[in-house]
Amino acid sequence: MIEVISADRCIECNQCVSVCPTNVFDRADNGIPVIARQSDCQTCFMCELYCPVDALYVAPDSEGITGITEAELEEQGLLGGYREKVGWGKGRQPVASHDFMVKLAARAGF
Amino acid sequence: MPQQQQATTDVLVLGGGPAGAWAAWSAASQGAKVILADKGYLGTSGATAPGGTTLLVIPPVAELREQAVQDRLKAGGYLSENAWIHRVLDQVEQNLQLVEEWGYPFPKDEDGRPLRTHLHGPEYMKIMRRVVRKAGVRIWDQSPALELLHDQHGVGGARGINRLTGESWEVKANAVIMATGGCAFLSKGLGCNVLTGEGLLMSAEAGAELSGMEFTRQYAPSFADGTVTRGRMLAWATLYDAAGRPLHRGDRTFGSIPELMLKGPVYASLDLADTKEKQEFLRNAHPIFFMPLERAGINPFKDKFLLTLRYEGTMRGTGGLRLTGPGCETSVPGLYAAGDAASREKVTGAISGGGAYNASWAICSGSWAGRSAARLALQQPHPAERRMLRAAGRYGMPAGAGTARTLDAKPLIAAVQQEILPLRINYFRSEPVVAAALQRLNRLMPELGGQVPATVQGIVQSREAAAMLNVGRWIYTAALARKESRGLQRLAEYPALDPHQTHRLILSGVNTIGIRTESVPHAHELRIPGEERAI
Repeated sequence: MIEVISADRCIECNQCVSVCPTNVFDRADNGIPVIARQSDCQTCFMCELYCPVDALYVAPDSEGITGITEAELEEQGLLGGYREKVGWGKGRQPVASHDFMVKLAARAGF
Repeated sequence: MPQQQQATTDVLVLGGGPAGAWAAWSAASQGAKVILADKGYLGTSGATAPGGTTLLVIPPVAELREQAVQDRLKAGGYLSENAWIHRVLDQVEQNLQLVEEWGYPFPKDEDGRPLRTHLHGPEYMKIMRRVVRKAGVRIWDQSPALELLHDQHGVGGARGINRLTGESWEVKANAVIMATGGCAFLSKGLGCNVLTGEGLLMSAEAGAELSGMEFTRQYAPSFADGTVTRGRMLAWATLYDAAGRPLHRGDRTFGSIPELMLKGPVYASLDLADTKEKQEFLRNAHPIFFMPLERAGINPFKDKFLLTLRYEGTMRGTGGLRLTGPGCETSVPGLYAAGDAASREKVTGAISGGGAYNASWAICSGSWAGRSAARLALQQPHPAERRMLRAAGRYGMPAGAGTARTLDAKPLIAAVQQEILPLRINYFRSEPVVAAALQRLNRLMPELGGQVPATVQGIVQSREAAAMLNVGRWIYTAALARKESRGLQRLAEYPALDPHQTHRLILSGVNTIGIRTESVPHAHELRIPGEERAI
């Protein structure tokens, strides 16, 4: 589930409020968006991918809360990790342009 | 009640996954005015966006295509239609050419030819959003539809709510395309929690028929503490029991997992990828598969991680709105269906359309529905705004309340899940167990007459609960009516395919469910070995 919105990084663009498929966030009048309905999070990682400043962190567990903190994320370099792998962001090559999946299908045999 | 947003358009598309996006683009390309309303956001919503998809593409070589069509006919229990598969193969090629022109960075082979066999979900849907918008479509994000509008001429629009503003909306349109996806019962498969079946419910309330609801015995393996249901990786896995004893190696069909899980927890380790090169390759190929495991501190090539099976309902199952013509018309005038909201039996037969078939189907059915809906709307002599339209919604709607009790959606949804998600009921189907579950679901129906809480979440979730309850009832009604085993349908009492049931099962109605059969064009090609010898 979505666990962290970094107040240091967030630029209050509210992109996460707009793109969340399950309406987890609420826009705040003054300040960063609020995780208003955490249990509705479907753990699809799309908010993280669409955040332009890597301020969000979605933990993989869709049922329980891990309690990971922003400090721990910074220390482990986890913020923005998925966006980097997908190849979104300035100067990156999107994973879509690689032939990985074609080769994977060939090697898996289906 | 917050102020209403009202609009009139030619074509209204409900749903913003691939099928909805293609439908909207296609209708707009015909010159129609189009509004697309999605529960979430066109770009992130649905089963495709967060992951990606393999496509059904076969080079235009007659023998190759005929072989694929024949293989599918046999595998799908002779319920598919060859002509429809050929149309999909022709159409998808043209559309993928467009996707490339629109900027999708397909990789190239050594000779520089594009390899158009896979689409990365986020990239694909980001492009589709841009293209749909550029075509002049008005995109209403965060705007779930709640009910259809209709009159004696058929469907003429829909009503819904904006989840961010709380405003209700109403769109009148002479053609409506249902592209709301399948129903996966909030089982938390990647991206599937928006797929709760309201499209099927609102269509059925307006009189539309459903087909193939019995072909829904479909579960996907996932890391238990995660959501990613991409089973292909298990080709590199050994499955283990709790004591660490190996159970199975290199499962390519995942077919053994439900049986193994009956005996106890099942763990997987991708230990068949036993070199650095293989591991590096897999990690690069499939970031969405590995990222959750890595975040959970698991080395999937060495550690054993617990598996679960997530129910995929009518999403990777096959049932949905019955199509009546080549333009993806439904049995109600003015209403079209595309993608997983439609029955995919015409191309998949009785088996799953999972992966390739469904992805190509979404593209093609969306395009066809968009084109025919636009044609209908543009030829209509009666403008939609002058029609005397009534709201068709009834179950889990504020207007349908019949008691003073509050409709509490969350426990109702949990009660539905209890009947639908368990393997022992829905996977290992048997007559008494399914019949008892159906009876318990039927007994929940009066709950839908409760007072809907006057909050955005209350309104949306009440309708989701109503939809899941009824999709569950349709699934089990159809499962009990098909007294045989074929494709995704299986009943313990009837373990074999019965050639006399080579037909479709068509359902209609909500409170009282009607059921009839429909013949299929290739039924006579089904040969039973014993009978052949007798002749």
